[in-house]
Amino acid sequence: MQRPGPPARSGFLASYGVWIVVAAVLLALPQVFSSGLAISTMCLMGVMIIFALSYNMLLGQTGLLSFGHAVFFGLGGFLTAHAMNAVRAAHAPLPLEVFPLVGGATGLIFGIIFGAVSTRRAGTTFAMITLGIGELVASSSLILRSIFGGEEGISVDRTRVLHLFGLNFGPQIQVYYLIAAWCFVSAAAMYALTRTPFGRICNAVRDNPQRAAFIGYSTTRVRFIAFSLAGLFAGIAGGLAAVNFEIVTSSQMGAGQSGTVVLMTFIGGVGNFAGPIVGAILVTYLQVMLSDITGAWQLYFGLLFIGVVMFAPDGIAGLVARQQAVWQAGRLHRVLPYYALALAPGLVALAGLSLAIEMTYQLTVNGPEGPAMRFLYMPLSAASPLPWILATVMFVAGTWLFVRAMRLAINAYGEAIANSRGRA
Amino acid sequence: MTAAPHTVPALELAGLRKSFGQLEIIRGVDLAVPTGERHAVIGPNGAGKSTLFHLISGHYRPNAGSIRLRGEEIGGLAPERINRRGLSRSFQVTNVFPQLSVWENVRCATLWGLGYRYSFWRNVERLADARARTEEILTQINLLDRWRTPAGVLTYAEQRALEIGLTIAGDADILLLDEPTAGMSHAETERVVDLIRRVSENRTLMMIEHDMGVVFDLADRISVLVYGEVIASDSPARIKANAAVQQAYLGTEAA
Repeated sequence: MQRPGPPARSGFLASYGVWIVVAAVLLALPQVFSSGLAISTMCLMGVMIIFALSYNMLLGQTGLLSFGHAVFFGLGGFLTAHAMNAVRAAHAPLPLEVFPLVGGATGLIFGIIFGAVSTRRAGTTFAMITLGIGELVASSSLILRSIFGGEEGISVDRTRVLHLFGLNFGPQIQVYYLIAAWCFVSAAAMYALTRTPFGRICNAVRDNPQRAAFIGYSTTRVRFIAFSLAGLFAGIAGGLAAVNFEIVTSSQMGAGQSGTVVLMTFIGGVGNFAGPIVGAILVTYLQVMLSDITGAWQLYFGLLFIGVVMFAPDGIAGLVARQQAVWQAGRLHRVLPYYALALAPGLVALAGLSLAIEMTYQLTVNGPEGPAMRFLYMPLSAASPLPWILATVMFVAGTWLFVRAMRLAINAYGEAIANSRGRA
Repeated sequence: MTAAPHTVPALELAGLRKSFGQLEIIRGVDLAVPTGERHAVIGPNGAGKSTLFHLISGHYRPNAGSIRLRGEEIGGLAPERINRRGLSRSFQVTNVFPQLSVWENVRCATLWGLGYRYSFWRNVERLADARARTEEILTQINLLDRWRTPAGVLTYAEQRALEIGLTIAGDADILLLDEPTAGMSHAETERVVDLIRRVSENRTLMMIEHDMGVVFDLADRISVLVYGEVIASDSPARIKANAAVQQAYLGTEAA
């Protein structure tokens, strides 16, 4: 029999297979999604993946709920922008590839400064201090105009630094590969960190800080190191954002941005390393695409967040991970039909709710344009009662059927798990 | 484990006091536990036994008096500092890392003692000494075949065993066990007593225990704590015969 305990060394494919696949996907993506919009969206996703992963070092790994994480993202961005402008003015030979390091160093330094203040306590006190730090930095950005550029922010020109290998970073595709490379390296580093003694002690502090102290660890020190390192990676993300947008504004370190990273991480799932990646991709996609389709996109975004918190508290990645047990037991075919059965009325309910929201939006925000509108390509009038009745029926009936189908699905899942245990 | 000079007790309390507001829970405790002794603290509910352990282990700060670990003052130090000096404790209410696996629980408890501290550059799976130590502890507490299980879903008895495992996994040579057999069946208690006997070899043990069978079976010496004061501290036989103890404690038990 195999010795107990996790394997000390696993095979090459088991250790690095996933990362090779990820690298290949990152290289191939621009060939598949080659439109300008797709490439800029993927650039943004890459930045947000680093940002969300850095946030999960706090929330998922160490159990620290921070409401000010964008501070490190924003300061990293500003310092990167200033460094680029300074290097350009001094004609110093520095290539664009290394500038995210300026962001990382900035994030680390401010992580150390603010971490020293905030990590003495955990829980609500910590959350409130980070909220305060967020407000403090955001408001000083409007006072210190020479550093933060006031309302206009700080602009840079990413093409006006040293060119290596003939890359001038004019075309967005070159920026994509720069972000992809940094995203890959940062994600690998953050993953490796979870597999070190420090990473495991972070989990211990998250689970039970009191006991962590009685096995020799200072919980303050653990939180402080985690906070500083999270600042480092958030700073790298901010530096890449500066390179990507060629402008940094104070809104990038405001409460809105801090809130977005909480939502991304939570929607993706805090208990799984891949969770924040899923969340960053999904939320960025929704921000870009949904804002094109509807003016009320933030409302849908809020609904999604509430839905995840209520029905899938371990996020989308957690929901998928739970199916692994069923899949391993070879019973996925038993539960999938039930999921489909629940999905159909769920979509009907969502459509009904969405119709009501869009009609409200048409009558209020778009009021001057009159009640005529389109919903799912169908012309209708928001002023007539029929669509309202339809929306209500769809929502109520859809929700009722969804709840019933979900019960069946949960039973089927429970049975599949119980059966697999019985067989084991 | 370095043997301290025999003249210096492993643990020495002098004039120790602790109050919460107006209420004084520990009212001047003097006690010395020599190196290698198995020392039991007994006393009725509310006597201050757990408070005493919280003071020694750094969970509470004393209001007055001194706590010496091998002659060095530790009163008021943070729990982790006391732990690093070689004192480790278990809790009356199970206090493990619920989401971590049994393996991870014990391994985390070995890391500081093995010198890995806050290392964020080593792969934790490749630390051969942490692996060996974890395996050894899990064998001792009989949880090796449960290594994958998250600690939060273990049975109560298994969690109590893990609780002891976490306490002995570091390199501490002074153990405080707070009611290790609380809530256990007769058979489970016997197994735990066996375990405690084994793990306290070459260590100094101080334990709070309500089960008098366990106390008289294990302890070299017994201290009786009543209303925050030690009314007697002696060998099991003499404690049994002590009239004051019988009146204050054993008498009420028997009644």
